[in-house]
Amino acid sequence: MMTDLTNLTVAQIRDGHRAGDFSAVEVAEAFNANVAAAKALNAFIVETPEQALGAAKQADADRAAGTLKPLSGVPIGMKDLFATKGVQTTAASHMLEGFVPRYESTVSQKLWDAGAGMLGKLNLDQFAMGSSNETSFFGNVISPWKRNDGGNAALAPGGSSGGSSAAIAARLCPAATGTDTGGSIRQPAAFTGISGIKPTYGRCSRWGIVAFASSLDQAGPMARDVRDCAIMLQNMAGFDPKDATSLDLPVPDWEAALSSDLKGKKVGIPREYRLEGIDPDIDAMWDAGIAMLKDAGAEVVEISLPHTKYALPAYYIIAPAEASSNLARYDGVRYGLRDLPQGAGLQDMYAATRAEGFGPEVKRRIMIGTYVLSAGFYDAYYTQAQKVRTLISRDFSAAFETCDVILAPTAPSAAFGLGEKTADPLSMYLNDVFAVPASLAGLPAMSVPAALNREGLPLGLQIIGKAFDEQGVLNAGLAIEERAGFTARAEKWW
Amino acid sequence: MTDYRIKGETGEWEVVIGLEVHAQVTSNAKLFSGAATAFGAEPNTQVSLVDAAMPGMLPVPNRECIRQAVRTGMAIDAQINKWSRFDRKNYFYADLPQGYQISQLYHPLVGEGSLTIEADEKAGIDEAKRIAIERIHVEQDAGKLMHDQHPTMSFVDLNRSGVALMEIVSKPDMRSPAEAGAYLRKLRAILRYVGSCDGNMEEGSMRADVNVSVRKPGEALGTRTETKNVNSVRFVMQAIEYEAKRQVEVLESGGTVDQETRLFNPDSGTTRTMRSKEDAHDYRYFPDPDLLPLELDDAFLDECRASLPELPDAKRARYEAAGISAYNAGVLTAEVESARWFDALLDAGAEPKAAANWMTSELFGALNRLGREIADSPVGPAQAAELLGLVADGTISGSIAKQVFEIMLETGDDAAEIVEDKGLRQTSDTGAIEAVIAEVLAKNPNQLEQYRGGKEALFGFFVGQTMKAMQGKANPQVVNELLKKALG
Amino acid sequence: MAIDQATVKKIASLARIAISDAEAAAMEGELNNILGWVEQLGEVDVSGVEPMTAVIPNTLRLRDDIVDADPLTGGNRRDDVLANAPEPQHGFFGVPKVIE
Ligand SMILES: [Mg+2]
Ligand SMILES: [Zn+2]
Repeated sequence: MMTDLTNLTVAQIRDGHRAGDFSAVEVAEAFNANVAAAKALNAFIVETPEQALGAAKQADADRAAGTLKPLSGVPIGMKDLFATKGVQTTAASHMLEGFVPRYESTVSQKLWDAGAGMLGKLNLDQFAMGSSNETSFFGNVISPWKRNDGGNAALAPGGSSGGSSAAIAARLCPAATGTDTGGSIRQPAAFTGISGIKPTYGRCSRWGIVAFASSLDQAGPMARDVRDCAIMLQNMAGFDPKDATSLDLPVPDWEAALSSDLKGKKVGIPREYRLEGIDPDIDAMWDAGIAMLKDAGAEVVEISLPHTKYALPAYYIIAPAEASSNLARYDGVRYGLRDLPQGAGLQDMYAATRAEGFGPEVKRRIMIGTYVLSAGFYDAYYTQAQKVRTLISRDFSAAFETCDVILAPTAPSAAFGLGEKTADPLSMYLNDVFAVPASLAGLPAMSVPAALNREGLPLGLQIIGKAFDEQGVLNAGLAIEERAGFTARAEKWW
Repeated sequence: MTDYRIKGETGEWEVVIGLEVHAQVTSNAKLFSGAATAFGAEPNTQVSLVDAAMPGMLPVPNRECIRQAVRTGMAIDAQINKWSRFDRKNYFYADLPQGYQISQLYHPLVGEGSLTIEADEKAGIDEAKRIAIERIHVEQDAGKLMHDQHPTMSFVDLNRSGVALMEIVSKPDMRSPAEAGAYLRKLRAILRYVGSCDGNMEEGSMRADVNVSVRKPGEALGTRTETKNVNSVRFVMQAIEYEAKRQVEVLESGGTVDQETRLFNPDSGTTRTMRSKEDAHDYRYFPDPDLLPLELDDAFLDECRASLPELPDAKRARYEAAGISAYNAGVLTAEVESARWFDALLDAGAEPKAAANWMTSELFGALNRLGREIADSPVGPAQAAELLGLVADGTISGSIAKQVFEIMLETGDDAAEIVEDKGLRQTSDTGAIEAVIAEVLAKNPNQLEQYRGGKEALFGFFVGQTMKAMQGKANPQVVNELLKKALG
Repeated sequence: MAIDQATVKKIASLARIAISDAEAAAMEGELNNILGWVEQLGEVDVSGVEPMTAVIPNTLRLRDDIVDADPLTGGNRRDDVLANAPEPQHGFFGVPKVIE
């Protein structure tokens, strides 16, 4: 009997298809079947089995013709924040329910051009605002993981890329796209025992991705291992003249240069990330990670990132401010929801449409953003936050004088239960405490699974690199991956 | 100085005026997208996904728009900021797809500059006056709303949405409607010389927001109102006049002027409160996070400067130095097309003073009669230079030149050709002229007697008779000399 | 600086989000909680520090002045622009009548 194709990684699918071990159609059908059977996870908003099959047939034809592409035969999931031509794109909001773009985002287009097929559009926190996937208009995503306490509590897959993390962990797709504004790739990766990398700001074009906070939003891949992240990222990244913040740099062959030999490398351990009262499992995992990197040949140095404490509050000014403006276009005039009460004028239509179309967390952030930008408060909040952001960025620059990469936990806890933090928005925000600083500084950062906690839930280690040094991040991630031997997976219950 | 005053019941009031002019930048594509900017297209055809603010769309600035704004700044001697930024101005309106206008508040591209309006006694401007310009920033235009196509709906056309504008903000330096009119005309001329805006106010390429306040002379500034989007020089002057009088009436009847946005009604020449902008004064400006700071290098600025044409003031000075009257120099430089035509005339060898006189009287008169713009004058500068040359070298007289010009306008033929064909060449043949003079004197014995009796004014009579007898073809100078001799 | 319910309503109006009194009351507490927390930023000494402009060193690129060079950022696609409109009307977007 042939192995279950859905257990293969991207590299294994690509290579096996190339070698003729199986057809791309077989792969697509296997994943389509898994997607169709996993409704209980609610990972997808739209399933597109025909598109996956179409790309697979093309891949098989390309193999016969000798014109294989880098991702031929690989079906993937697309976070529903990327505009996909002819396929509903909602950002998990009621506002965009039924919106069918006539354009394709740059990143998704690159993946299709590389031969990948689309299994469907993945659920997420509404407008990517959330850390648990509980703000989607289309319902919560349920993590495939359960605690080992015999209970059956539904757990958060993390957010905002929670559909992506759950789908990969549950073998509904071998890889998926994510976006990371303040941890939205890394935290869900950590919660579900997979890998994910947010590249340097500007590596992946933002064109065609529904904007949350423009100066922070970055697309990146999520997959089962570091190699797959490298393969995916090099097919997503690249200069795009349509995005004024896009980096005009060549895309390295990150996969080819993967090496877990860290001899001569220095790993920084930020003192300020040792939080008082943190879950001892997190600290234990961190210490184990330090040992792994030493074992890989790296020298470990203590570093200081003195403004770490202020990253989260700065983020919760800057991101909502940008969001309040970015989301002003959802007004019921040109696309999306329109709520026109009897006899309403234009401004009433706006207010009704936006009240109806945005969920509570989105409204909350728009309100905060509107307030901090409003007359008389702009300097005290927004300008102050951007100055603090400069200091945070300087902290990293100074640290990178003495180290090559930084090692820290991805999140302060393992996955929490659905509903556990929804009553207190602030407690939810605090979950991104380790992820946000790298976002504010635009630095590449990844999460790799490193251990299970005492409840049997995955924990992730985060590697933060210098700007443009995705290779250094991936290599350190690979060193941990090889030593952590993380093979645990969620037991199928769905 | 202007002593324009509103006479109120409590005395005289001074009017203080500042103008914010929105000038559409001449470019093929929009400020942040590749959609076309041409006027008059079918609704929503010149709209990109970016202009319609579809989810995930991003702005990328058009170099030409930046270049034109920089050149304009240089033309008003302004400070050019090598580091500037785009900011978002947030408000909700159906003609504003993004829910914000990309503009420049904190760090505009162009800083302080100025222009000079000329003295115009008829308009009550006694002497030339420098009007300071605070800044020029680059921003997006909004779309257009149509209200009369449907009983319960307004229609949105986004063709204009995203077209590049320069907002040129003056200081409150003007004191009368005439000064504001002169400022607008001068600004329009500069823009057209530079080529950064076509200045077409009917098509909306130039609109002014008119800031008006009144005060008793010598007192502090009063509260101003802003009348939006006034689209002709005449309307701007009307709006100021109306608004100033209205404010005086409000103040004199014990009221206060509200700082508000108003609309001008061209049919009645009045202004009224604009309802839709009432609650929009908190724009929540912040730097556009989709765009990085705009940094200009010296090479870019050098190119901008090198590509600037000679500007109206410099041209005017050059004309005056060449002996042209101040009045003619002003007329010739008021419109870039005239000035270019005149320069071509000079380049073709015409003598400046004669050319200026001829152009301001003969050519402008003819064009006026024909109802034509100078750009499609039937006679070109090279042809005109030839005609003037024939007068200058004595081939034809001034009066024959007028005849020749009429024929040129009708037939398009060259002057020399017409002169030859029609035998219009003037003669300096002293023998022939002396013969005619002898005839004239013989035919007019009475006048001859009176002249010799001391009535010297009759000299002109003899010149006229001689010229007439020679069908205008005699060289007037020779006629003069020979007549003097013959009359003794 | 705590905000009151009137301020909550003013912000909601600026943001064009209709809210009921009950929602405004609930939001008052939430927003004060969050704003109270972000105010710790005031502790940071930022004298001489410029606000962040570009997170990664990069300068603004400018585009050539060419019409429709890339269909994705060019015009001439009215059908695409209007495809998702709630109230398309004769090539326009229809909105409730606006009085200026
Ligand atoms: Mg204005
Ligand atoms: Zn403006």
